[in-house]
Amino acid sequence: MGLYLRPETLSDALSALAAGRYTVLSGATDHFPARVLATPAEDILDISGLAELTAIRIDAEGIWIPARATWAAVHAAGLPAFAGALVAASREIGGQQVQNAATVVGNLCNASPAADGIPPLLALDAEVELARLGARRRLPVAEFVLGNRRTARAPDELVLGLHIPRPARPARSVFEKLGARAYLVISIVMVALAAEYLPDGRIAALRAAVGACASRALRLPALEAALLGRHPDPALVTAEHLAPLHPIDDVRASAAYRHAAALTLLRRAVANLGAPEGRPS
Amino acid sequence: MKDFSATRLRFTLNGRAVATLVDPMLRLADLLRDHLHLTGTKIGCNAGDCGACTVLLDGCQVCACLIPAGQIAGRAVVTVEGLAEDGRLSALQAAFLRHGAAQCGICTPGMLMAAADLLAHQPHPDEAAVKDALGGVLCRCTGYRKIVEAVLDAAGGNAAAPALADADGVGARAEKSDGAAKITGSEAFGADRRPPAPFLSLRVIRSPYPHARFTLGATAALMAAHPGLVRVLTAADIPRNLFGIYPTGKDQPVLAEGYVRYRGEAVLALLGDAETLAEIAERDLPLHWEPLPPVTFADAATPEASQLHPHAPGNVLCRGRVVAGDVAQGLAAGAARAAIAITTSFVEHAYIEPEAGYARRVGDRVEIFACTQTPYMDRDELAGILGLRPDQVRVIPSAVGGGFGGKLDLSLQPLLCVAAWLTGQPVRQIYTRPESMAATTKRHPARIQAEAAADAQGRLTAFRFDGDFNTGAYASWGPTVAGRVPVHAMGPYRVPHVAAHATALYTNDPPAGAFRGFGVPQAALATEALMDQLADALGADRLDFRRENALRPGDRTATGQVLGAGAALVACLEALRPRWRALRDDAARRNEASGGPERFGVGIACMWYGIGNTGMSNPSEMVIGVTPAGRVTLFSGAVDIGQGSNTILRQIAAEALGVPAAAIDLVTGDTDLTRDAGKTSASRQTFVSGNAARLAAEALRAAILREANAAPEAGLTFRDGAIVIAHDGIETRLTPAAMVADAEGLVLRGEGRFDPPTTALDDDGQGVPYASYAFAAQIAAVAVDTALGTTRVERIVAAHEVGRAINPTLVEGQIHGGIAQGLGLALMEEYVPGRTENLHDYLIPTVGDVPPIEVILIEEADPLGPFGAKGVGEPALVATAPAIFNAIADATGVRPTTAPCTPDRLLALLHANTSKTAR
Repeated sequence: MGLYLRPETLSDALSALAAGRYTVLSGATDHFPARVLATPAEDILDISGLAELTAIRIDAEGIWIPARATWAAVHAAGLPAFAGALVAASREIGGQQVQNAATVVGNLCNASPAADGIPPLLALDAEVELARLGARRRLPVAEFVLGNRRTARAPDELVLGLHIPRPARPARSVFEKLGARAYLVISIVMVALAAEYLPDGRIAALRAAVGACASRALRLPALEAALLGRHPDPALVTAEHLAPLHPIDDVRASAAYRHAAALTLLRRAVANLGAPEGRPS
Repeated sequence: MKDFSATRLRFTLNGRAVATLVDPMLRLADLLRDHLHLTGTKIGCNAGDCGACTVLLDGCQVCACLIPAGQIAGRAVVTVEGLAEDGRLSALQAAFLRHGAAQCGICTPGMLMAAADLLAHQPHPDEAAVKDALGGVLCRCTGYRKIVEAVLDAAGGNAAAPALADADGVGARAEKSDGAAKITGSEAFGADRRPPAPFLSLRVIRSPYPHARFTLGATAALMAAHPGLVRVLTAADIPRNLFGIYPTGKDQPVLAEGYVRYRGEAVLALLGDAETLAEIAERDLPLHWEPLPPVTFADAATPEASQLHPHAPGNVLCRGRVVAGDVAQGLAAGAARAAIAITTSFVEHAYIEPEAGYARRVGDRVEIFACTQTPYMDRDELAGILGLRPDQVRVIPSAVGGGFGGKLDLSLQPLLCVAAWLTGQPVRQIYTRPESMAATTKRHPARIQAEAAADAQGRLTAFRFDGDFNTGAYASWGPTVAGRVPVHAMGPYRVPHVAAHATALYTNDPPAGAFRGFGVPQAALATEALMDQLADALGADRLDFRRENALRPGDRTATGQVLGAGAALVACLEALRPRWRALRDDAARRNEASGGPERFGVGIACMWYGIGNTGMSNPSEMVIGVTPAGRVTLFSGAVDIGQGSNTILRQIAAEALGVPAAAIDLVTGDTDLTRDAGKTSASRQTFVSGNAARLAAEALRAAILREANAAPEAGLTFRDGAIVIAHDGIETRLTPAAMVADAEGLVLRGEGRFDPPTTALDDDGQGVPYASYAFAAQIAAVAVDTALGTTRVERIVAAHEVGRAINPTLVEGQIHGGIAQGLGLALMEEYVPGRTENLHDYLIPTVGDVPPIEVILIEEADPLGPFGAKGVGEPALVATAPAIFNAIADATGVRPTTAPCTPDRLLALLHANTSKTAR
């Protein structure tokens, strides 16, 4: 008989993690699909009762996305324009059924190479806050996601949430997803770009991330450097900027296609960064 | 399976407080269905991929298969059972009924709940909001359009509500006879009815290899380790371990005998309680595998390939051919000549209801309740497997949550029946989604080479077609494909010189069987590409070229059959002409204006389709009678798989009897209660069973009039237990209660039998394969993103010659649904064994993928059809994928030759074309 715990306080949750090995359960939208044919023996720590990890906070520092914040909550939170990429992604994760139950943090912790949530978090320079009994630490998302379904979370740690820093300058971010149908689709490729702007509209800082083109979503430093000090111009994006990517052939697309599509999506995302609508904030 | 200690759970369900003791990790869907007996919430995948289980949790839509029971404590759950108030349908449910938004009904509860969430939060949504809200629920039947219309209508939006039919006879948009059950969640699908307790569950162990030998060790240790494991069935337990569709094609074992021919083939069956079966790990089974190199479609016909069946040298299951004239001479005579090679993929039926049911032994008989498209074939085949007489098997079809040909083959029935027979206990099984996809049949992949020629006047002179079809490990319906394809391959055109060949090849892939169109949709991809190529070569308009060559009444087909009235392809094309011009002009304008990568194109394709079996008898029998209570009952063995045959047959019978359809009760499917109406396949139920229903009703009418000594034109009314016969103002009353009932409890009866007049085809495919053909032409308008290779279908216009639309709403529903499947075939559906056994890697169209569809019904009465009607189920699908392929070619200048035309395939074609042009 497995253990099922559904603590109502964080300290109870962390105490449990300190005392035993648990599968952490939150929105359950990745948990059950992985158990269609067989259910392994496991003890469950269901964190859905942790009310203190529910409310999204927006302040001068930035945005706090706690562990229990669902994609629907992100969509409804009225996030500032600099977080536009995350808001756009919130409507692309599964259907609304999944968006109502699944959390941003769960998407991150599941660490699928095709997780739609991770490129926006990379582009937004998000940091992961983890806690174990008596200790807390913060890690950039890029250091948290280690590979396909692997993260830096220790078994006795819980991810409390995500800090998204408020950019010093006017900023906006965009998200482009490509799938083979309109809804409910695992991405072939997706990209997220976040830019900060100089007063004349040139780019002061840029972060670009691509998903589903490697065992984890990756930033593209050469592309980011190439756009610094320039007005957003799709022509500045070149195939060489995609060198860090090493996509695979799978049922969704060939590796060569993913390369080509990533280039196109990045160019479109850059064009959107320069588009007049949605002024930077 | 690991249980968690039960905890006390309190929550609100459909407005009522519920307290129950439950495993907190039980899925909410299982809690509702298995513990609280609310089976309106359906399970299609258990993975959040299909949305059939959508319920409201605190007012927001969620997948009940993804919610642990522990998380609903203190919260409010609303299911489809909670929509109606005081027995009255909600406005949303009523709109679904009015619009024909439910076909098979398996996705309907999920659709309703998703829509209920939307309307509660946004009372006046636009179409985009409706699509966003329904985007997480898959439907395989309707093509979504009527669902979207129903939601907009319920919201008081802009969807014009169809006028409710005043009458419900032939031609009326009558409400589905089983519609209310489907929209309230009360319909019983295969998994919705439990056998009487105690019962056993059955789990099948399947081959992990496409081709292998295996040995089975002793099972004693396994049995000892799992006390709940009651029995392990092996091949030795099957009385006659071979089955198949055709008398000469029985080549499939119920359980493999030391040798498997496909991944997913059944090897063992475990019987016991569900929890025990779930906890047995495959690695603990005493199976020892010796994998063999698989025979693939690419190498099946080569001399080096392993021979998979002793009766099939060269791995050839069978060949079909139609030869007329001298094709070499005809090709040489052409002023223009074109050739094409087409490749298609496995396509999965992806009905949202996985196979489910139970069997039980009753004395020296076996009864099975399960989803099926063909109760009588099942009965006879199960009797053969069990070594019983057919009358010892009773098949009770459940409601069918989508079929499309996939439930024509036996799936779980043989093992359930064998297990129930041997143990004497009821035995139940529900396929998981991966099991359903791995184990059951698919659409045949095809490898086609075709060429055609036309003279300078634009008349076709010759058509040559060679198609290999991958029939997989076992025959199934492969002979039907090989027989049907050559008859249809040249399309609905006059061609004097024809040579059409089709070969079904065995491989180590899953069995390919029946799937809406039996190979004709694959062939049409080649044929309709050739028509465009020839038209272009001759500088002719593509619609005009087809019209010039269209088969007309009095024309002789390639099988030598002279067509009668109802061959109305010309009328279909003329109906499309204004749209064709407007859409082409629109595409040209947008291409000129577009500075970006998006290109627009319009494609057209035609099709014809023979109704019923190919050159074979396929009769249907119906009985209709009056009970002592004065009710009329139609006993119909035709299984309604969502397409609406129950409604159609009742409308036909009502019209022939001269009463409202609502006056007729239906008894359907059960092989103990009905006659054999054949299979729900080959688009035959309206045409064949419809005729049988008409004849039966006419016979009953004659019997009543005879009894009352009334004139033929007298009016009939069934009122207060009496039959009132009125003529010239004089009423005669018959009192059924006072009449003597026969053995079936009927005081008056009519019987009808219809078998379409056909002849067997000779060695050159000459003869009369079908008594009736349906014709259609469709236009697709697409937008192609040439930088990504993505195709968005923007609009479909479909002109279908249906003889007579018995119920226009249902006919449109068939056409919408067929178009959605054709769209999937064209753009996204590709089943890869072992790789896509779920509904997130195997993609079918969502509500956002199906464009607005305009249906134009052409009604040229078929002289043989009931009230002129023909079938429409398969014709709906055939022309869509070719029209889309032609539209992509029109938009981009490159011609897709592989289905599906996925973004990576199309982009590769576009790049190859660019580099060719650059050279």
